[in-house]
This record gives sequence, C-alpha cells and structure tokens, in this order.
Amino acid sequence: MQAFTKLSGVAAPLDRSNVDTDQIIPKQFLKKIERSGFGIHLFHDWRFSDADGKVPIADFLLNRAPYNKASILLARENFGCGSSREHAPWALEDFGIRSIIAPSFADIFYNNCFKNGMLPVILPTGQVDELFEYEAKNPGQSFEIDLPAQLIRRPDGKTYSFEVDAFRKECLLNGWDDIGLSLRHADKISSFEKSYFEKFGYVKV
Amino acid sequence: MKPRTLYDKIRENHIVNEDAESVLLYIDRHLVHEVTSPQAFEGIRMAGRKIRRPDLTFATMDHNVSTRSRDWGAAGELSRIQMETLSKNCKDAGIRIFDLNNPDQGIVHIIGPEMGLTLPGLTIVCGDSHTSTHGAFGALAFGIGTSEVEHVLATQTLVHQKSKNMLISIEGDTGPGVTPKDIILYIIGVIGTNGGQGSVIEYSGEAIRKLSMEGRMTICNMSIEAGARAGLIAPDETTFEYLKGKDFAPRGADFDKAVAYWKTLPSDEGAHYDRVVKIKGSDITPMVTWGTNPGQVASVAAAVPDPDSMSDNVERETARHALKYMGLKAGQKMTDITVDNVFIGSCTNGRIEDLRIAAKLAKGKKVKSGVKAIVVPGSGRVRRQAEEEGLHKVFLDAGFEWRLAGCSMCLGMNDDVLAPEARCASTSNRNFEGRQGRGARTHLVSPQMAVAAAVEGKFVDVRNWN
Repeated sequence: MQAFTKLSGVAAPLDRSNVDTDQIIPKQFLKKIERSGFGIHLFHDWRFSDADGKVPIADFLLNRAPYNKASILLARENFGCGSSREHAPWALEDFGIRSIIAPSFADIFYNNCFKNGMLPVILPTGQVDELFEYEAKNPGQSFEIDLPAQLIRRPDGKTYSFEVDAFRKECLLNGWDDIGLSLRHADKISSFEKSYFEKFGYVKV
Repeated sequence: MKPRTLYDKIRENHIVNEDAESVLLYIDRHLVHEVTSPQAFEGIRMAGRKIRRPDLTFATMDHNVSTRSRDWGAAGELSRIQMETLSKNCKDAGIRIFDLNNPDQGIVHIIGPEMGLTLPGLTIVCGDSHTSTHGAFGALAFGIGTSEVEHVLATQTLVHQKSKNMLISIEGDTGPGVTPKDIILYIIGVIGTNGGQGSVIEYSGEAIRKLSMEGRMTICNMSIEAGARAGLIAPDETTFEYLKGKDFAPRGADFDKAVAYWKTLPSDEGAHYDRVVKIKGSDITPMVTWGTNPGQVASVAAAVPDPDSMSDNVERETARHALKYMGLKAGQKMTDITVDNVFIGSCTNGRIEDLRIAAKLAKGKKVKSGVKAIVVPGSGRVRRQAEEEGLHKVFLDAGFEWRLAGCSMCLGMNDDVLAPEARCASTSNRNFEGRQGRGARTHLVSPQMAVAAAVEGKFVDVRNWN
C-alpha cells in the first residue's frame, strides 16, 4: 500500500450531502476483474452526458480547472453511503484524490479508504462550512494535510486539527498491508480455532 | 458480570487477539459473490498467500446474472467473464459455489439463511453492504470492501473497530397494511440515513417479536440504509423453528445444544445502549420514498414535502436536488404519482413470504396497460416453492413477468435496466440517482404497495384498496 504522510493540493468543493457510492462509481463499471483504471469513471453520471464517457459536462466541478487536478475533496455529511464497493475509493484514488474532508462518512467507505492509502478526515460541521466558504472566496488554492501532526493547513496558514485512530494512522504512515500485520498472529488464530471449534463444533460445515 | 448486549456477546466470543492497536475478530462465514471478489483472489495469488478456510467460505453469483435466461453471457461479455472468474477462483481454492447451473443459486443474502448457513451468534461477512440482513438471526453480520474480503480469505479474521450499541424499539402493534418494509422505511425516515453511523442497531419491541424470519430479514437488510454497521434481532423460538432441518444447520443433539447456547445470546437486562430510539407502532403507515436516498420518505397518505419548509440548509438543498431528479413537485399527493415500472424482488423483499403476500393481493387483478411489472424470486428455492404453491400462475395471469433468481433491477447491473425518466415502484433498498438506470426514478415501497401500484398505475394507499 502507498504510504500517506503529507499531502498538498487543490481541494474540490463538492457541496452535496449523502453522496453515495452509486454516484462515485455507477454499477456498470464494476464488471472489471482488475483493481486499476476506475478513475475515468469517477462520478460518471455527473461528469459525462453520454454512456461512454466521451462527452464531459463542462460545468461539473471535476471537469473544471483547477479542480480537475484536485487531490483533496471537500464534502458534506454521510459521504460514501450505500454499497460496500471498494471501487469507489479506487476510482477517487485513480483520479488523483487521496484525501476527503467531511463532517461524516459512511462506515464501510471510511474503512475502505484506509486500505488504499487514502485519508478520510472528519471535521465538525462548522469547520467544514468554514473550509467551503474559504475555498469559495479563494478558489483553487493549495491546502495541506499533515497526517503526522494531524492538521489541515489552509493556504492562509489557519490550521484545523483532526482525530484519527492510532492503528490506522500507523498503517497509513508506513504503507503497511494489514493482512501481513494480522498474519503475525497466525498462531493465535490457530489456537482460537482449536478451542472455538471444540466448543462450537456445529459452526464447521 | 456486567450486563452485555447481544452485539457485545457475539463480539467478545470471537476475539482472537486484542491489543492496544486493534481487535482481531474471527469470522464464521464468509459469503462471496462475483463483483467484489476477483481483486481479492488476485491479491491472494500475487502475495503467494493461502486461503485459510475454504470450508467456511461460500460463493454464489447474483449481481450480474440475467433473470431471463441461465446463459452465463446473457447479461453481457464482461458479466460472463466476472462469473467465470469467480467459478475458477472457487474451484482452485475448494470453495463451495452455487453457480448459475446450481438449482439453489440466488441472491447471497437469501440463500445463506435458507440453507441454514446463517445461525445465531455467528460472525458473517460478505463484500456487500446488505450483509446486515443476516442479523435477523442474531448473527453479527456486516458488509466489507474488497481489501477486507482478501483479509478474510487470508486470515479468516477481520480488524474490527468496536461499534456503538443502538436500540430501536417498536412499541405496540402496527396497524393494518403495514409491513416490515414500512417499519424500516419509517425508522430511516426518523433517524436519517446516517442515524446509525458507527453503530450496530438492535431492533426490539412487540412488533418485531411478532415478525416472521422473512420480515426480520427485511428490517435488518436496510440497517445499512440508516448508516448502521449491522442490524440485530435477538434469536427466539421463531428463529429456532425456522432453522430446524435446514441443510447446514446443526441436527439432533447438536441442534438442542446449539439452541441452549443461542438462548443465552439476547441482551442482558440492564445492558447499556449508547442510544435508544422508541417508535410507536401505531404511528407507522404504508411508506413511499419521494427522493434519492431512503431517508427521503413519507406516508402514502401524505404529500411530497416542500424543501422550503426545511430548516437545515444542506437538507433543503439535497431535497431540492432530489425533487428535480425525481420530477416531482412539492405538495403533490403521493397517490397522484404515476408509475410505469414495478419491480418485486431483491434481498430486501424477494423471499417466499413477500411473494405470497404479493400474489394474494394480485390474484384476479390485472397490471395496468402501459406498466411493465416483473417478479424476481430471490433464489432458485424461492422460485420452486412459489411455483409449487401456484404463485407464478397468479402473477402471470395478472400480467407480471415471472423471472429467474438474481438481483435484477435492484441495481441494474444486469440486463434489467430502466430508461431515463422511467418511474418505478420498487421493493428494493436504494433509490439513489441512477441506481436502476441513468436518469431513472425509483420509489421504494413494500410488496403490497408495489402490487397495488402495478394494478392502478399509480401509488394507492393499500389500507383502502383490495
């Protein structure tokens, strides 16, 4: 997994709540058996007027400079709700977005981001409002997300601190694959299985 | 000992390792389907890892399948490749698969319970958000992403963040014409699409206790639509009765022993809940969604709400946007909304009980001219059972199409896709923009409401309709 330490970039303000994973990547693009190449389909129905993704909708946020090069997404409540499809963070990441700032995220989406070297940041609604307002007045400036310090730096220097689970932070900073980490406990898994199946033999089929 | 909730008990019973960093939870059942698994199997191969418990892993194909034919390529070449990839991955790993050629193939959340793979007290995961369905048995069941699918394949465990306990209690009885679907839509309307965030919702109360297993599954299925990690209903005699004799359920003395344990699972008296929501059963009516998330829902007897009357800025903007997409006007009566498509099926409402209730109402009626209505059983078994009972004849006589098992029009990932601006009364779980086809408009309803809409060509209050 790609490590995440500091990120500087344009923050695209997507001013809608309950953005669901069906919007982030519609189902017709989930038929691939590979993990890459989903970025061109990101927000397909909002970004393109045709089925093939050849005709961009000019005024959609991510089709406009400088947001077409955004690496941060400013979002509203319950971002990433709906389906568990990891294709949603894959599409965002492949497009170039590595961090999303919102007042709240759907649980599965939030979790999926960390598995892909991406940082979802939860800030209080009032602070997210402030960032939206700042971005509207100073469009296209570069924000910084500093994971070691757990800070977001606005272009004018104002900072916002955020919380992140210590284990997830460690994994992101080091780019650790958590399967490898869990397999360090292989002996414990085996001994758990032994005593568990002695007691609950019927669970085995 | 400190009183514990049902969630606490299942969680604690599956802890493999707990340290300052994280909790590793053992997984009893890993359900796999064609869409969210190929990259996980590929990851296992690339890392040279082994699949730890193929015996606890079960696969089916459902999202991509055509419900018109059992031809693997009927929903397109990419779908065929995805299904064949799953088939090969399972064969190589020794994983049981209920593929298109298997008479028991069906939607993953329908076949798990009907085969007795879903049991109280188990941990169940699947790369699908509606895994919450299995919580109806008092199993801790939740959806995971593909990276976690890979993690479970490799370790049979998951890194688990402890959820909060939330209790939703439906007090007293519900009125006539109110189904489990209406109960859960009403709940989501009350707590919102993120009302359950970070929580496992336990449903309780008289109205829940009285429900069949099918009804309980409908409720737990849509927990994810309230933003919850999982839904739970305490196991009881209804649960044990349902499981008796199921293919993979314990038998004989093992069954009795299991039941004795299952009876210890319900939450202890005085157990702590982080949040309790009480809802009066008599407040619930037949519901219809008017917007583009399941929380945008109202009674069929009400009107489309006016965004201008909403105090929250974001909520108001979201509602305005939704009404524009849905082609609806504030103040329009729900019963004045016409539909041109009806879909009965999905992991929410594709079970035998749903089809029985729908058939009872459809008997002797005719689907209105100009309305396309389909009934899609959730599994091969549901279809066979329905045909044994003659339900398919009722549907066919009334002008419904009678399909093969699959996810079908719930998500439009197959050959059942709606045209732009088509309007559908759907028994599925999501009314997101484009969910059933780009520009298509979805109204979530119960099977009864869907049948009535098919016959009348518009929404009607089933309480005054027969």
